[in-house]
Amino acid sequence: MNKPLVYSLILCILLVASPHATHLPPWVSSLCAMLLMWRAYLTYSGRPLPSRWLLFIITLAGVAAIAIGFHTLFGREVGVTLLVLLATLKLLELRGTRDATGLIYLSCFILITDFFYSQSMATALLMFAALLAIVAAWLRVQTPHITFKPQLRIAAILLLQAVPLMLLLFVLFPRVQGPLWGLPQDAYNSSGLSDTMSPGSLSKLSLSEAVAFRVTYRSAVPRRDQMYWRGPVLWQYDGRTWTTGSAPFNFAPHFDATAQPIAYSVTLEPHNKKWLYALDVPSTLPAGARLSDDFQLFGKEAVNARQRYEMISNLVYHANVEESAQQRQRALQLPKRLNPRTLELAASWRAAQNSDASIVQTALRYFNQQNFSYTLEPPLLGSNGVDDFLFQTRQGFCEHYASAFVYLMRAAGIPARVVTGYLGGEFNAVGNYYIVRQSDAHAWAEVWLAGQGWVRVDPTAAIAPERVQKNSSAAVKNNAALPFMARNPPLWLSKLRLNLDALSNQWNQWVLGYNPERQFALLTRMGMKDVSWQKMARDLMLGLSIIIGVFALLMFRHLFARSNDPVQAAWLRLCKKLAKAGLPRAPHEGALDYARRVAAARPKLACQMLDIAGRYLSLRYGEARDAEALRAYRDALRAFKL
Amino acid sequence: MLKSIKQKFRNWAFRRTVETGTVVLNQRRIYILPTRSGFGFALVLVLMLLGDINYDLSLGYVLTFLLAMLAMMSMLHAFRNLAHLQIHAGHIEPVFAGEAARFVFHFDNPGTLARYQIHLRDDAGHRTVCDLPARRSTAMQLDIPATRRGWMDSGRLSLYTEFPLGLFHAWSYLHFDVRALVYPQPAAPLPLPAQSAQNGTGKILAAGDEDFSGLRSYSPGDPLPRIAWKALAREQGLQVKQFSAPQGHELWLDWSHTPHPGLEQKLQVLTRWVLDADAQGLIYGLRLPDSELAPQNNPAHRTECLRRLALFGMPPPSRKRGEGAEPP
Repeated sequence: MNKPLVYSLILCILLVASPHATHLPPWVSSLCAMLLMWRAYLTYSGRPLPSRWLLFIITLAGVAAIAIGFHTLFGREVGVTLLVLLATLKLLELRGTRDATGLIYLSCFILITDFFYSQSMATALLMFAALLAIVAAWLRVQTPHITFKPQLRIAAILLLQAVPLMLLLFVLFPRVQGPLWGLPQDAYNSSGLSDTMSPGSLSKLSLSEAVAFRVTYRSAVPRRDQMYWRGPVLWQYDGRTWTTGSAPFNFAPHFDATAQPIAYSVTLEPHNKKWLYALDVPSTLPAGARLSDDFQLFGKEAVNARQRYEMISNLVYHANVEESAQQRQRALQLPKRLNPRTLELAASWRAAQNSDASIVQTALRYFNQQNFSYTLEPPLLGSNGVDDFLFQTRQGFCEHYASAFVYLMRAAGIPARVVTGYLGGEFNAVGNYYIVRQSDAHAWAEVWLAGQGWVRVDPTAAIAPERVQKNSSAAVKNNAALPFMARNPPLWLSKLRLNLDALSNQWNQWVLGYNPERQFALLTRMGMKDVSWQKMARDLMLGLSIIIGVFALLMFRHLFARSNDPVQAAWLRLCKKLAKAGLPRAPHEGALDYARRVAAARPKLACQMLDIAGRYLSLRYGEARDAEALRAYRDALRAFKL
Repeated sequence: MLKSIKQKFRNWAFRRTVETGTVVLNQRRIYILPTRSGFGFALVLVLMLLGDINYDLSLGYVLTFLLAMLAMMSMLHAFRNLAHLQIHAGHIEPVFAGEAARFVFHFDNPGTLARYQIHLRDDAGHRTVCDLPARRSTAMQLDIPATRRGWMDSGRLSLYTEFPLGLFHAWSYLHFDVRALVYPQPAAPLPLPAQSAQNGTGKILAAGDEDFSGLRSYSPGDPLPRIAWKALAREQGLQVKQFSAPQGHELWLDWSHTPHPGLEQKLQVLTRWVLDADAQGLIYGLRLPDSELAPQNNPAHRTECLRRLALFGMPPPSRKRGEGAEPP
């Protein structure tokens, strides 16, 4: 095994395994790093490889430790861990071309497992770097004595030639909707809203910069205070946590969508839950989706891949005006023997007013006027949480206000429920869309009023209207707890971030989100009628042949001899000049013979002519050609005048 | 059984023709097929594609397609690595049986593209490999053990490459009209034949050193021991002693005097005698049942003797295309 090959292979494994370093068990990462360093040292110092027995023991111990750590040897995470460890160990018992080739194939495999964790543009760039290293190493497996420069050049040429062909395949290769077989449980990671809410759950989420979804409005853009993205609706309260509860029957939702239809498309990041986000209230649903009786939108399956859907919502509506008695009863449930002061307050409002609507207004005024504040770091609450919040601490985040408000309403006999979701979003002028982040998570309330149905009430707006008008960084006074970018970053930085996000949005839409539907739409738009796999295959073959043909033409032109030797060209020019002067060179005549003949015919030129011929012969047939001699040859030719 | 069928198929599919002059590898002469490692890689790609579909890995598709197209382009590169090479056979030195015949081929690479890992192999598996720099003619030497005396054909050779990635095997067949002359293997050392009835023992060449016959003036190249130092001391200038050689006594290496009964063994013994006699500077002649070479001592004589021995009893060479480049 020659040294450069071993170094190339170490580089390959390093590049393909390094993205895994953070999510492998720490001991595996460090063991692999140590093994790689050991291998590099052995190669550098020329020491022999460790014995097979030692490697066998390390392998066995490693696999056993992984099996114990994961409690299994099956599954994706375990598979990746084993692959990385075994590839590293294989490097220590590299004995022939076949081993090296196997290692190359293995590193291709590890490279693809990187995409389980990230498919961002940065990952794509790293993939290209790793691929270049792999091809270069591969080349060296076959051609052990090639020098570094041609090795890199040929590898780069191969890779660059493959790129246009790959693009064509990417677009035209008939896509199949996966999965083909059941996926293991650990296939997806989830982040985002859950279907429960307790104090602190939303304020924790609002610290995350992660993108929840992106929205492109295809019609008019609604006002900011209309951008309520509905998520889980919570009915059941146990004094601390709100949950969805369960409806006794599945009622069909009923609403009169009256005005302001908004058409938009949402690109939802995977969150591993079944629900989708929509503006209130959706009037046309994406294919396969359904609307629950509390107007929550559900997809068929959990969203575990980025998903794009188109829909229309009506922002002005009457929802479930004829709500059933059971549902209204559900919306009045309260935990027993808790928060006596709140119940007392609600009872006093009920005694003073007779209309539900005015009680709602009273409650909002109460929040507005009783010195409540909006903060990310509220003090802890006791067992009578709502009492503590309303009468003592008076500091809270949106979930505190929504929770307390709904509690008050229910205590006053008004059906009410908590709705969680997202509010607002950041406009990206570069890509003309809105980014909704986890930090936009929000909770608000809905009350059911006779004749109007369910009406949205956002108590947070009564305390911190900026939260609704702008975003949480404007609303929270002391925003040190917010992530850096959610505070007020410098202009250039937020611009850069918007540009990057626009780029990554395009990437998500066109590269990562390229599925059978997108393929169909794109091909139809490009003029393919009745898209079918046969047509795709035909066009694919045609396109590939054309590109490969062009490459072949470019590649094969290097094979033929061309007399582009500048030394010879200059000599031939001189011969032509002399031929015009009546001294043509005979076809059989060598340079020196010709020069002698010219010298004899033109004694004045003899010296120069013989000098040039001598230089020509030594440059063209001599050992080495140095720049100095070439220059002297050219000068001599220039000085030659008939 | 399978091997012989394979061989027959090959002979049928790739016609055996013997070539003279310069062969240019054009596309009709180059065949290409995936290697075992290439099929292995295809399997890896299929697995990767299944993974992409199942886990919906868009970047996985990118990687899989890139690798697949890389493999596809490597086919073109493998083909190009052989294409348009110009090959002609070189001079082949005669060898003794038991040694390796060195078949030399000159590869002319006229283009600006260096060729890597060009292998040359015969059907028995003897091989050699080298790189061919751009715009250069490179000699490639294939050693094939010579087992039998006489003319030795290189047989059909495969010229192949698996550059750049080892996924494709591009090859061409070469069968040049070149032969190596194989002398019989010299027998184990044994004394030269004794003086025969008609002739005396082998005598040393004219510059014998038995009888002093006089002095002559020095000319460059004369050996130092022959310089007459005494004459120099007598200030007679630089003189060289001359000796007369015994005339009329030559060594005959005779077929009928060889101790062994077998034909090949007789030839081996005669080969050994020729070599020994030549090395000792004797004047020797060779007498075979069908021919005779008069006693001499010079390199051409030695070569001719060995050649007679090599070809003794062989039918005259029958070539498909007239007289080829027969080694001198």
